[in-house]
Amino acid sequence: MLRKKANGAAGRARLSSALHVETHGTVDRRAFLRRSGLAIGGLAAASSLVTTRVQRAEAQSAAANSNVEIRKSVCTHCSVGCTILAEVQNGVWIGQEPGFDSPLNLGAHCAKGASAREHAHGDRRLKYPMKLVAGKWERINWDQAINEIGDKMLQIRQTSGPDSVYFLGSAKFSNEQSYLFRKLYAFWGSNNGDHQARICHSTTVAGVAQTWGYGAMTNSYNDIQSSKAIFMIGSNAAEAHPVSVQFLLRAKEQNNAPLIVCDPRFTRTAAHASEYVRFRPGTDIALIWGILHHIFENGWEDKDYINKRVWGMEWVREEVKKWTPEEVESVTGVPGSQLRRVARTLASNKPATLIWCMGSTQHSVGNANVRAYCILQLALGNIGVSGGGANIFRGHDNVQGATDFGVEPGTLPGYYGLSEGAWKHWSRVWDVPYDYMLARFKDQKLMQAAGIPLSRWCDGVLEDKANVDQPDLLKAVFFWGHAPNSQTRGPDMKKAFDKLDLLVVVDPYPTASAVMHDRTDNTYLLPAATQYETVGSVTASNRSLQWRDKVFEPFFEAKTDHEIMYLFAKKLGFDKEMFKHIKVEKNEPLVEDITLEFNRGMWTIGYTGQSPDRLKLHMANQHTFDRLTLKANGGPCDGDYYGLPWPCWGTADMALPSGKKGHPGTPNLYDPSKHVQDGGLNFRALWGATVKGQSEKHTRNDDNLDNMLAVDSYPVGNEIKGGHPAVSLGLLKKLGWDGDLTPEELATIQRVGGDKADAVTFTTDLSGGLQRVAIKHGLAPFGNGKARAAVWNFPDPVPLHREPLYTPRRDLVAKYPTHTDRKLNRLPLLFESIQKRDVSKEYPIILTSGRLVEYEGGGDESRSNPWLAELQQNMFVEIHPTDANNLGIKDGQMVWVEGAEKGKVRVMAMVTERVGKGVAFMPFHFAGHFQGKDLRSKYPQGADPYVLGEAANTATTYGYDVVTQMQETKTTLCKIWRA
Amino acid sequence: MARMKFLCDAERCIECNACVTACKNEHEVPWGINRRRVVTINDGKPGERSISVACMHCSDAPCAAVCPVDCFYQTEEGVVLHNKDLCIGCGYCFYACPFGAPQYPQASNFGSRGKMDKCTFCAGGPETNQDVMFRKYGRNRLAEGKLPLCAEMCSTKALLAGDGDVVSNIYRERVVARGFGSGAWGWGKAYPGTPG
Repeated sequence: MLRKKANGAAGRARLSSALHVETHGTVDRRAFLRRSGLAIGGLAAASSLVTTRVQRAEAQSAAANSNVEIRKSVCTHCSVGCTILAEVQNGVWIGQEPGFDSPLNLGAHCAKGASAREHAHGDRRLKYPMKLVAGKWERINWDQAINEIGDKMLQIRQTSGPDSVYFLGSAKFSNEQSYLFRKLYAFWGSNNGDHQARICHSTTVAGVAQTWGYGAMTNSYNDIQSSKAIFMIGSNAAEAHPVSVQFLLRAKEQNNAPLIVCDPRFTRTAAHASEYVRFRPGTDIALIWGILHHIFENGWEDKDYINKRVWGMEWVREEVKKWTPEEVESVTGVPGSQLRRVARTLASNKPATLIWCMGSTQHSVGNANVRAYCILQLALGNIGVSGGGANIFRGHDNVQGATDFGVEPGTLPGYYGLSEGAWKHWSRVWDVPYDYMLARFKDQKLMQAAGIPLSRWCDGVLEDKANVDQPDLLKAVFFWGHAPNSQTRGPDMKKAFDKLDLLVVVDPYPTASAVMHDRTDNTYLLPAATQYETVGSVTASNRSLQWRDKVFEPFFEAKTDHEIMYLFAKKLGFDKEMFKHIKVEKNEPLVEDITLEFNRGMWTIGYTGQSPDRLKLHMANQHTFDRLTLKANGGPCDGDYYGLPWPCWGTADMALPSGKKGHPGTPNLYDPSKHVQDGGLNFRALWGATVKGQSEKHTRNDDNLDNMLAVDSYPVGNEIKGGHPAVSLGLLKKLGWDGDLTPEELATIQRVGGDKADAVTFTTDLSGGLQRVAIKHGLAPFGNGKARAAVWNFPDPVPLHREPLYTPRRDLVAKYPTHTDRKLNRLPLLFESIQKRDVSKEYPIILTSGRLVEYEGGGDESRSNPWLAELQQNMFVEIHPTDANNLGIKDGQMVWVEGAEKGKVRVMAMVTERVGKGVAFMPFHFAGHFQGKDLRSKYPQGADPYVLGEAANTATTYGYDVVTQMQETKTTLCKIWRA
Repeated sequence: MARMKFLCDAERCIECNACVTACKNEHEVPWGINRRRVVTINDGKPGERSISVACMHCSDAPCAAVCPVDCFYQTEEGVVLHNKDLCIGCGYCFYACPFGAPQYPQASNFGSRGKMDKCTFCAGGPETNQDVMFRKYGRNRLAEGKLPLCAEMCSTKALLAGDGDVVSNIYRERVVARGFGSGAWGWGKAYPGTPG
């Protein structure tokens, strides 16, 4: 509870004549400025002008004397992190007010955030646990549900091993729940778990981390206000992140920053662009190389920056040389003159920010797309500066956090990986013997082998057992906060659903998982509480953590996710070990204890300084943070950046050289213009000191060219004044700084390292001493390295254009072929054998997909909200007028859209120039119809969303990224005809 | 004395519909009634612009001029309100309104349109009983010193509401900021290729 406010729901609506008179005075100039949320941009002074009038109005109505509390939560849709101010009266959420104090959204909301209160109506929520009995939904109680599901899991564990249960988690978890979920399937003994990041930004995380160290948005939404140019590719922020657009438009207005939007579709974002570049879907790399071609040719690159901070740019130059304007136009469809103009704009307006989203990541070459963007920004010297950056807008409210906490098959929390060392680190944090963890798994090999990514779960069920590198196929799947219609290959997924021994859906809504199959038994729906019904931290796209209050008690029979996790742990027999240092009251784990536990282990990326107390203090003092820099000036959080954006090094009370306690967080990654103690940084040294011995092909046998450490570039106050490897006890000894460690810190390091204490690094030192001493001397704990323009450990070290698996340009396949078939993450992964089948005659139209502002993700939640559902009542396909006329289709008619693998959907045609000729677009939020059939009757009674429609992904096809198995949703082929 | 006005900055509006759902949320307006909506012109083409439209609370309101039962009145702040007890649902105001603001709940399929409903600038209506006023007209934010929620929650601060003088000052500052250099009117046409 933040403040008491008089007057209530209907109670607020007094218009007695006395008050009516008062009203005239209430909106004086000061009050208006305060309320209009325009404190930023020319009106900065306004925010300090707290109106006396508003307070008087409150005092006036205090006579009404109803107790309304304001509770602060954070919107659960996209990653901007908008503060939700909930007015609660007697436990009922009765109103919503704009959170003007929040530095992230400044009171603004989109359609989804502005209708968040509908969660508290819960009209179409799943109300109690249910199971299918002979094809009919029956209400059951929680005990029965947990017991039956647990017994089946244990039975599958007996017969097929722990790897046959799949844990599909969620980007809707809080950080604490994400961490606990990862722990849950670790203690179950499997790496088969994942969440939406796989099909969201997995290629970004992998590609960007492998380029400069961390796979996250480098700057913040607010920082875009300092940009001199904005380059967006594959991002439709106006629909996917509407509140962020206020910052883009401010930069456009106040800095006269050109807004360049590259997208195959003329989006609502493109409508506000100063330069719109339409290109063929799936040709991002060719487009970027086309821009770089002009930059290199004219010498517009930042040579000094490249020399000091970038390795391997010469390999890029070689590739870019091939991309002449003529070749680029032939492949992408963009004229050379336009790209020359774009290149010149970027070269003459620095710093420029580069923004990308799903339009870039969801490709079979996704990892290479994002690296091409990174290279463009590195060539221009735009990374590590305010106003620049690779600003990756994440999709869900906590997809950044859930990724950071390792809810995926390839790593433990904090990107530690799955090596023996990683397991030992986390065993120490969890205070369980490593051997205990080992015994939970089938064997050590499976313990250290990445599991099946969620994009491929259906193949884990359907594939020939002999082709799968685990003891048995998947037999049971949890859909824990995830809608299946956001995944490609709908018809295959239906087959997989039908074949499973056990299906468990844990969600506030039944989702399409409840209806898209023909199962009759062994299917459970468990009602989960939303984040408005619990507390915990959530990481916005800019890496800031925010703490949510509980707005109302879990609805109906819903339980919080962490309580459900605890109930399963107890049933499965490892609750004592898993919750050893987490207090559990009435089956509900204490959220703050979970935060404090991960604070003790997340050293790699600095999730260690964000204690619950600090986060709560930030939420209570939002108004003290600057809206441009996010820094608190004065007040109880003085010097901190809002939400302690990670890395927030060291422990929460770490002593800094300045005398301040606790690291302030890092607002812009890799920015050397500040001391590390003030949030400064440099590129991470993650690839050794030299390329020698790591990639023979890239070794030049020249100390300068092979050097992987930064040269003459370092954060303010760095006492080495140059590059250095990651900080370890050995390094401190070499520098003569080991004496700065306290005896307790040294003892901890020695306990961790045993006889190899010198090798203990900042990632495994549980005391935080190494980080403290490093920062004392101005060093970034993770070393000071160069960014890599060529990632030698990826299949294409320098990004190469490769034609999509389903391409209409068969003439380019020979010149730009896709990858060879291979095996990855326990499953066969096909490329060339798909591409070689020419279907372009039968399926001539490119099919792409994307978001609508009113809905989010699979859409079950937002389509169940009448205020949103009313705005988008029909699933549709956008078709260019030329194609529509050639096919005899009129606007508003029903059409069939059939994908190249014969999945088809019946949808309404929207004839529009928004899409280019030969391209069709469908939004992916709909579900509840399947290949022409309405499935409404299959939902549990009263829990069907208001709006149903065909799922776009019923028509999408095979295709996965070669590194992360990101699904291809943005480029496939289809045919369309009148229904 | 403040004169309340709305202004929608088409350069900023991104058709996110927050104003629409904020209104529904605040006043619990039923499905089918849209006190505010977003209109887009040139949809999907260069020059696409959106504006959020509701009752503009006109100075000389045409709705009031044509109303046969004289149910409209204007507050001292210029907010145009109406009395639903007097309204006969004739629909004249709908024909008169240049902004399409009046809404009718379609109470039945024959004859009656139901009482007219429209944006109140979050200023409630002529009722003293709070519950009754909320059910009939929605909440009264002005009485609490707050402005219409649609504008307060606007994602890009495109929709402005409040004292007309302040609104126009804010808008003027934006226009000035946009006006310099290549952002100036006509430059894009006169000097193609320059951004803006």
